[in-house]
Amino acid sequence: MDTRTSPAVQQYLAALRTLLALTAILGLAYPLAMTGIAQAAFPGNADGSFLRRGDKTVGSDLIGQAFTRPVLVNGKPKTDSDGNPVVEPDPMYFQSRPSAAGTGYDPLSTSASNLGPENKALIDATRQRRATAAKLDGVAPSSVPPDALLASGSGLDPHISPAYARVQVPRIARERHLSQARVRTLVNQQIQGRSLGFLGESRVNVLELNLALDELGG
Amino acid sequence: MPSTTPTFRSRVHGGLLDPKMLLTSLPDAARKLDPRVMVRNPVMFVVEVGAVLSTALAIQDPSLFGWSVVVWLWLTVVFANLAEAVAEGRGKAQAATLRRAKTENVARRLRQDGTEESIAGAQLMLGDRVVVDAGEVIPGDGDVVEGVASVDESAITGESAPVIRESGGDRSSVTGGTKVLSDRIVVQITAKPGESFIDRMISLVEGASRQKTPNEIALNILLASLTIVFLMATVTLQPFAIYSGAQQSLIVLVALLVCLIPTTIGALLSAIGIAGMDRLVQHNVLAMSGRAVEAAGDVNTLLLDKTGTITLGNRQAAEFLAVDGVDPEALADAAQLSSLADVTPEGRSIVVLAKTAHGLRERAPGELKTAHFVAFTAQIRMSGVDLDGGRQIRKGAAAAVMTWVRDNGGHPTDEVGAIVDGISTAGGTPLVVAECVNGTAARALGVVHLKDVVKDGMRERFDEMRRMGIRTVMITGDNPLTARDIAEEAGLDDFLAEATPEDKMALIKSEQEGGRLVAMTGDGTNDAPALAQADVGVAMNTGTSAAKEAGNMVDLDSNPTKLIEIVEIGKQLLITRGALTTFSIANDVAKYFAIIPALFAAVYPGLDKLNIMGLSSPDSAILSAVIFNALIIVALVPLSLKGVQYRPVSADKLLRRNLGIYGLGGLIAPFVGIKIIDLLVSLIPGIA
Amino acid sequence: MSDTTAGLLQVGLLIAALAACYRPLGAYMARVYESEHDTRAERVLYRVMGVDSKADQRWPSYARALLAFSAVSVLSLYAFQRLQAHLPMNLGFPGVAPDQAFNTATSFVSNTNWQSYSGESTMGHLVQMSGLAVQNFVSAAVGMAVAVALIRGFVRSRTDRLGNFWVDLVRSSLRILLPISVVGAITLVALGAVQNFSSGTKVSTLAGESQTITGGPVASQEAIKELGTNGGGFYNANSAHPFENPNPFSNLLEIFLLLLIPVCLTYTFGRMVKDKRQGYALLAAMTVLWGAILAGISILEANHPGTALNLAGASMEGKETRFGVAASSLFATSTTGTSTGAVNSFHDSFTALGGGLTIFNMGLGEVAPGGVGSGLYGMLVLAIVTVFVAGLMVGRTPEYLRKKITPREIKLVSLNILIMPVLALAGTGLAMGLPKPKESILNPGPHGLSEVLYAFMSAGNNNGSAFAGLSVNTGFYNTALGLIMLAVRFVPIVLVLALAGSLARQQPVPATAGTLPTHRTLFVGMLVGVIIVVAGLTFFPALALGPLAEGL
Repeated sequence: MDTRTSPAVQQYLAALRTLLALTAILGLAYPLAMTGIAQAAFPGNADGSFLRRGDKTVGSDLIGQAFTRPVLVNGKPKTDSDGNPVVEPDPMYFQSRPSAAGTGYDPLSTSASNLGPENKALIDATRQRRATAAKLDGVAPSSVPPDALLASGSGLDPHISPAYARVQVPRIARERHLSQARVRTLVNQQIQGRSLGFLGESRVNVLELNLALDELGG
Repeated sequence: MPSTTPTFRSRVHGGLLDPKMLLTSLPDAARKLDPRVMVRNPVMFVVEVGAVLSTALAIQDPSLFGWSVVVWLWLTVVFANLAEAVAEGRGKAQAATLRRAKTENVARRLRQDGTEESIAGAQLMLGDRVVVDAGEVIPGDGDVVEGVASVDESAITGESAPVIRESGGDRSSVTGGTKVLSDRIVVQITAKPGESFIDRMISLVEGASRQKTPNEIALNILLASLTIVFLMATVTLQPFAIYSGAQQSLIVLVALLVCLIPTTIGALLSAIGIAGMDRLVQHNVLAMSGRAVEAAGDVNTLLLDKTGTITLGNRQAAEFLAVDGVDPEALADAAQLSSLADVTPEGRSIVVLAKTAHGLRERAPGELKTAHFVAFTAQIRMSGVDLDGGRQIRKGAAAAVMTWVRDNGGHPTDEVGAIVDGISTAGGTPLVVAECVNGTAARALGVVHLKDVVKDGMRERFDEMRRMGIRTVMITGDNPLTARDIAEEAGLDDFLAEATPEDKMALIKSEQEGGRLVAMTGDGTNDAPALAQADVGVAMNTGTSAAKEAGNMVDLDSNPTKLIEIVEIGKQLLITRGALTTFSIANDVAKYFAIIPALFAAVYPGLDKLNIMGLSSPDSAILSAVIFNALIIVALVPLSLKGVQYRPVSADKLLRRNLGIYGLGGLIAPFVGIKIIDLLVSLIPGIA
Repeated sequence: MSDTTAGLLQVGLLIAALAACYRPLGAYMARVYESEHDTRAERVLYRVMGVDSKADQRWPSYARALLAFSAVSVLSLYAFQRLQAHLPMNLGFPGVAPDQAFNTATSFVSNTNWQSYSGESTMGHLVQMSGLAVQNFVSAAVGMAVAVALIRGFVRSRTDRLGNFWVDLVRSSLRILLPISVVGAITLVALGAVQNFSSGTKVSTLAGESQTITGGPVASQEAIKELGTNGGGFYNANSAHPFENPNPFSNLLEIFLLLLIPVCLTYTFGRMVKDKRQGYALLAAMTVLWGAILAGISILEANHPGTALNLAGASMEGKETRFGVAASSLFATSTTGTSTGAVNSFHDSFTALGGGLTIFNMGLGEVAPGGVGSGLYGMLVLAIVTVFVAGLMVGRTPEYLRKKITPREIKLVSLNILIMPVLALAGTGLAMGLPKPKESILNPGPHGLSEVLYAFMSAGNNNGSAFAGLSVNTGFYNTALGLIMLAVRFVPIVLVLALAGSLARQQPVPATAGTLPTHRTLFVGMLVGVIIVVAGLTFFPALALGPLAEGL
């Protein structure tokens, strides 16, 4: 060791060398090794569980999507005061939960709404969403389940509750000219129960459901 | 609680609070409002600053509520000072008595050539020799170097019976201010003027030299840090309140702060310490430092001298063992007759045993008019009686009595020897009884078995000690056999037999090596090193100055059993602090429930759900909390002076009990107290 | 199966998994720290580092080494972020702004992982894995080193030596954190988490929109983020993001990982002080607190009081469908009780009182069971305070684990428990008193106060989670919170090391019947009581004007 440097300086040099050595191990070797193993053993998962239709990647099994269409005014997309396009639910698809990620389901801007339980904005949004959903699906407002009204934590929630999926069945059947029974069967097939019977909640992956729905045609 | 025996003073207790003292201490309490004095008690200093601030605010913007809070804030400070003043006041009363003993006196100093000169007592120097005659007051602390005298030490011990002080040996020390009743002695002064025993006593009981003990310092630090936290909680409340649209007046915030900081324990902490020292003084023990008292509570090992502490000072007759062919009753009768004139405790015990074991009535001395009693002397080593009709009875050490038997024509039998050996082996003392009737051959009747008698209640006491986690070790000059016997009988944990001062020292050191704290008593000069080494060394007042100097406590009663009580007082001191701290903190919960809804229910009506006491109005709620906070100090003054009751049980049980009383009690009491005060306060128009 | 049963079974499985690892991992960690032997790789490493692994340090040297390492870490991480634009794998992101880079550097080095940035739009892959994630390892290792030094203070006697910081740092990182992270990362990938170096995949959604799905070395970072009770998410949405936490299994795994070391360290402690009951007692106190808060939050979230939640019919705002209320409550309790700060649901949208309990949980001082290492030493500090008061009540100079609690120990411990509440309250007070910081509040009324209080409690306890409605990427919050995170991390560390030094010098006192037993129910109960009462009294006024005002 260099004996000319003072002990204090030596201390900091040792600290720096330690940080660099540990960075090599923990900050390079470790993540690279994990990536290697992950790519070898679980390539699908490691890449992002992408779903393909034909040769087209339509999304990730884990990342929710908005199933909306632009609102057209005189054939042109309507924009709001910020210049963002105004969208409305696409009635042909099962709808996802409300999302606070960017303009909705934007993986580059994951976020929750962070609105508090007494926040007027959330209260109003809840009322409005209930009315909209009830109208869209043609059901009583009281039968709209909570996940249709409240935004998820990530803004990318790929799931909805089985209840919300079921509420949408008559509308989907009507829009796609399918029997309600067929759509209901499809929904039931897509329901994932709680893991091991008690972990988490039962749910339906909306993207998978809608992909299956497209397969069904109509 | 196990019953105590008359051998001990009743359980540790303090003096009761005389309500008159509250009044007489008021001026002292007021004097303590000086901020330079207050700053030594950080918690109460914060209260005082708050009181000053509120006073200024109340003057600026007077209101009944504001002034009521101000008055009670000041009362809180005054009550705290009062507690300390009352505790000190009791010490001052004792100091006054001591001062009377210390009146100016004139000393007769011996010059080198042996002539005398008169000099003021206060001018005596270390090593001066002074002459004290009967009727004169000893001018300073010292050792008797010439002569023997009876001395009245009631001025310091309160004991009126005179004590003997003589040169050489372990009873040589005299205290300035005590009075020689008879004879003439020469005293060599061992204390500098102003540093005499009586001076130290005065400053001790007055609390002037009171230094904070380690635990007290630690507790003070903890309380100060809690105070800072609560100060922060209160200061930051204002911006929150403003944001919430409920800005608070400063008076209210001060009231909240005072209610939250641990004022109860802060107010009583020093009173508890003074009272603890005071309690020792009441037990006639002088501690040279509070640290020693605290150490007493921590003691792990107690070294107890056998004689006088564990056993009664003297051996007692336990059994009459007659030789073959002698009626045991005859032996008892002879033993009794020979002991009638014997006033030693051994002698008395023989008479008593004859009565209790054989129903022999004690003869009055007058019944045996012509009898000639032979007193015990060191030369003949036996005592006895020569009755009418030529009957001679002797009792004494085996060798001496057997010689007497042989001299009077008798033949000692082996049987006596066997009995004597048996008793000796068992640790007892054999006294052989023999008679010689009208010149016939003398014969041994039998043996009286004298043995050490363990004081009543000692076993229970030592069992308690064990439960408290204290190991008791008996120190004795006896042989190991005897020592084991006594140790077992008294229920001690261990013993040190044939102990020399060096052994004692070695034992203390080895205990301390193991991290244990050791307490012991001692009186002789050769005890001094051990007393100094021990964590708690209690010197007997009858002992030498060297011993008194070496120890950190002096027992004026010279009662070695006192050590046990000292330990209890030490523990009680800590328990009282701990209990009141717990109580003080637990109190805060209720105060929040009183004050927070009072402050904010107007803007957040939901918070009224926290007003579980149903206090009548915000003003009344705040005022009631402040009043409760002040009154609880006064209410707890007697407890802090008397000390929390100590029971010798395991730590776990003790904690459970104290947590129950002071923790849970501290949680509940203020809910009740504040509600009651609120009911009264709400009667005041303008507050309700 | 009813929701309650499912929720209880979920908790049961978690506890069973922790119980299964408790002794093996606890004992393993004790062996790691007690071993005299360096592995060959470690010997090479020590040569590279230029430190003498056999040197036994006094507490000031130990503290100096720790502070030097942390100071170098802060500076390096700051420089790393500032220079991001010039580094590879930056995904095109520019250098991080000075105040945010300072905040982030202090945040990760202090094991807080408060994030005023949004991961997916600020940090490139290299900064994430070689800057931030490295601190996830070493800041956790620093905490463990301090805990072990304190344990040595109890174990050793009549010495001034506490061990070697560099050795404790390296062993914690390489022998404990790294192997578990490897297993954790691979398991997470198996469950669906991503692990790649993609710079984003553009997909065209069913509805015909385009969506850019970002990747990265997520699983490797996720494992240590939980295991080291760090909590800094790769993505802004943290463990609510499906790539970080894809399903209920991974969710339970993450909760398990963040509780694992703090829980098992109590066994390590018991083993090293040669009285396992002492470790069980601390674990019992931690469990009681964790269980009580969990019950509180779970019941409140399940019953969803509050206007909006009542209107919607469930407390699902900010919560993921796959987790639901029960798993979100479990995560929230565990993350605020361990100073982790990772979230799988957004606390800002919890019920008022449920959110209040997450604040209160941090206010307990992060001891239920607390961060890696810091939870144990935090709990030991509180145990000493309890022993002090309890010891007085049984009439003896208090002692803990056969060491006397003298004024010196109390001084160090008092300062230690003082620092967090004072800074957390001062920060909140300052933010609420100044005009500007209030503008960052998202939710009006009492909830706004809760947001600010949460921020300073989180920084003040090195937690890192947030009531994320508050916009904290401002000069004030970046600076104030950064300074607080440093202070509450390193001042207590120095005090704890001084405490360890003071204890190590002492000679142990023998335990007798008069000694207060510190492994029994009564003591555990009193410890829990002291923790709750002290935190409650300190934060009651603030909580009253925030969550209580909103929720009552």
